[in-house]
Amino acid sequence: MTLTKADLVQQVYKSHPLMTKAQATTSVEAFLAISKEALISGEDLLLSGFGKFNVKDKKARRGRNPQTGDELTLDARRVITFKPSGILRDKINSR
Amino acid sequence: MNKSELIEALAEKINMPIREAGSITNTLIDTMTEALASGDSIEIRGFGSFVVKEYDSYTGRNPKTGQKIKVSPKKLPFFKVGKELRERVNSHQGGKKSARKK
Repeated sequence: MTLTKADLVQQVYKSHPLMTKAQATTSVEAFLAISKEALISGEDLLLSGFGKFNVKDKKARRGRNPQTGDELTLDARRVITFKPSGILRDKINSR
Repeated sequence: MNKSELIEALAEKINMPIREAGSITNTLIDTMTEALASGDSIEIRGFGSFVVKEYDSYTGRNPKTGQKIKVSPKKLPFFKVGKELRERVNSHQGGKKSARKK
């Protein structure tokens, strides 16, 4: 099974009896927007108990097209990495 | 940005007390944790997806001493950044937009 945004909205709605469905939707969208903005601005995002999203700058390097073997230059780029917290790892392995 | 900063920003954005924003944040993190713990994956458009990969046990080595050790089977969550976020993070570096095709 796959958890989607709709499921997150549903959970927030269910666990907050005073919120309307529209408010639950808005709050999930806002949570995601704030997380994305932080990462886009180059800031790391630390969600204690869950994990850490790091923004890393990769240098340009020479690579190869694995299909043709042609050499090419890969430009410098900025990527996001995720490191799960110990708590999350333990929970995933305890079942 | 850490969790409490995120909660503050959320409270401001949705015009709710910090306590409420904190509770929403915890619901979201708990729901995602629960999904991964039961082996489900997560897919959030525009952000990214998480999948749990299972590893069989294998014989590894302590890289420092070279000693052989048995690694028990384990599961690990992996995050794959979504297309939109990947492109926006990348185009933000040093203000320069590098157009890479693939």
